[in-house]
Amino acid sequence: MDQTSQLKNAIEVKNLNFFYGKFQGLKNVSMNIAERKVTAFIGPSGCGKSTLLRTLNRMYSLYPGQRAEGEINFYGQNILDKSQDLNLLRARVGMVFQKPTPFPMTIYDNIAFGVRLYETLSESEMDERVEWALSKAALWTEVKDKLGQNGLSLSGGQQQRLCIARSVAVKPSVLLLDEPTSALDPISTGKVEELVNELKSDYTIAIVTHNMQQAARVSDFTAYMYLGELIEFGETEQIFFKPKMTATEDYITGRFG
Amino acid sequence: MQIDHTLYMKRRIASQIGLALSMSAMAVGLAVLIWILYILFSNGLSALDLKLFTHDTPAPGTEGGGLRNAILGSLMIVTLTVLVSTPIGILAGIYLTEFGDESKTAELTRSVTDIMLSAPSIVLGLFVYAIAVSTVGNFSGYAGSLALSLIAIPVVMRTTENMLRLVPGSLREAAFALGAPRWKVSTMVTLRAAKSGVMTGILLAVARISGETAPLLFTALNNQFFSTNMGAPMANLPVVIFQFAMSPYDNWVRLAWAGALLITMTVLVLNILARVVFRDKVH
Repeated sequence: MDQTSQLKNAIEVKNLNFFYGKFQGLKNVSMNIAERKVTAFIGPSGCGKSTLLRTLNRMYSLYPGQRAEGEINFYGQNILDKSQDLNLLRARVGMVFQKPTPFPMTIYDNIAFGVRLYETLSESEMDERVEWALSKAALWTEVKDKLGQNGLSLSGGQQQRLCIARSVAVKPSVLLLDEPTSALDPISTGKVEELVNELKSDYTIAIVTHNMQQAARVSDFTAYMYLGELIEFGETEQIFFKPKMTATEDYITGRFG
Repeated sequence: MQIDHTLYMKRRIASQIGLALSMSAMAVGLAVLIWILYILFSNGLSALDLKLFTHDTPAPGTEGGGLRNAILGSLMIVTLTVLVSTPIGILAGIYLTEFGDESKTAELTRSVTDIMLSAPSIVLGLFVYAIAVSTVGNFSGYAGSLALSLIAIPVVMRTTENMLRLVPGSLREAAFALGAPRWKVSTMVTLRAAKSGVMTGILLAVARISGETAPLLFTALNNQFFSTNMGAPMANLPVVIFQFAMSPYDNWVRLAWAGALLITMTVLVLNILARVVFRDKVH
C-alpha cells in the first residue's frame, strides 16, 4: 500500500481472513492504518467493514465460533497471537459503538471506570482526568455541574460523546469508531465529526461509516469494501475523485449500494 | 377495491367470540382471587389486633393469645434464608449468563434448577429433615431456613439469569472494549444494569417462601414459646396456621385466620413493591 508508506503505521493488516463459523466474512484483506490519521471503511451493508474493525481490538474473541487468520501487527506485535492479552490490547485500542452505551452509573464513574482498571490515581488526579476526557469530547461544559447524575439521563448525542470521552480517558493509542453517528441527529453528528478531526492529532482513528459524505469529510484514507474483500484503498481524495476501480466509482456515485 | 362484506362480518364475529371467551376466562380467575381475599378478610379482619404482636401463641384451653413468637420466628427464618440464597442465587445467575453460557456445565445447571423449581416443597422438606434434623436429633430454625433456601435459590438464580440476558450485548461489549476483565464487566456493568430486575426476583422469592408450610413442618416444626434460638424448634406463621386452623379452640382458629391474613398482606405488598418500586428501568 504505497500511499501510506511514507507514514508510520499503527496497524498493519496482512492477508486477513475472518470466519463466522463456516461463513467467511473477510477475504484476504491487507491494509495499513497510519498513525495519527483517520482511516474510513466504507461499503454496503454486510461488506465486512465492521467485521474488520472488530478484529482490530479482538472484539470477536468474545464469541466462540468466530475466528481470524492472518496477521494484524499493532506496532509490530501480532495481536492475533494466542499469547496476546486481550484486556491489555483493548486498553490500548479503544472502541466506540453504533448505539450510545453509557454504563448504569454516574457520568463521573462512566469516565473513571476504565481509568481505574489500569491506573492508580489520587482523587484530584482522577478529577483532572475526568475533566480532561470530557473536554476532549466537547462535553465538559454541558455536564460539569451534573457529574453525579446517571449517564443515562443525558441526551443521545451527549451519551455518545460520553462514550467517546470514556474511551479517550484511558489514553489508548488507537480509537475504533463503529458507525458512531448513525443513531444521532445532524447537530450531534456534526459535533462528533468535529471531535474526530480534533482527536486525530493525538490518536490513530479508524471509522466505519455508512455515510459517504462523512467519510469524505473526516478521513485521510478510505477503504472501500465489498463482500468481504478490500476493493480499493487509498487517500480519501483519490478514492472519491479519481477511483481506480469501477466498482468503487459505482458505489461512490450512488449507482450501486 | 371490492370489499367482501360477509368475509369481513365473519371475521368480526370470530373476533368477538374470541374476545368474549378470553374475557370470561379472565373473570373466572379474578373472581376466585377476590373470593379468596373476601374469605380471608371476613374471617381474619376481626382477629387482627395489637395483641397479635404482643402475645405469644396460647396453650391449649387458654384464652386470648397472639402470634408474636410465630411472627418473629417467620421473620428470622425468612431473613436467614434471604441472606443465604441471595448471594448464591445471584452468583449462580451470573455464572449462567456471563461465564458458562452454552457450556455443558451451564446447561446441566439450568435443567437441575428447573427441576428444583418444580420440585414439590414437601420433598425438599423431607430431604432437609433427613440431612439436618434426624442426624442432629432436633428440629431447628436453621433447618427451616435450609429447606426454604432450596426453594428460594432456584427462583433468584433464574430471575437473575433472565434479567442479565435482557441487558443488551452492546453494553457488555462497551465494557470489554475498555479492557475490563470479565468479572468486572459482570459485576460493575451488567449486574448493575439489571439491578431492578434482580431485586424483583429476590422479592418474589421472599413472597414465595413466606407462605411455604410443608418444608417447615419437618424442619423448624413449631414452638409454643417465645424463642430467638435458631438452633431449636421455632414458631413460624405457616405451621401455626396449619395447626390452629383445624383445632377445636375458637381463639386458635381466629389466630390462624389472622396469621393467614398477615401472610397474604405481606406477600401482596411484596408483589406490589416488586412491580412498582423496582419497575424496570433497563434501557
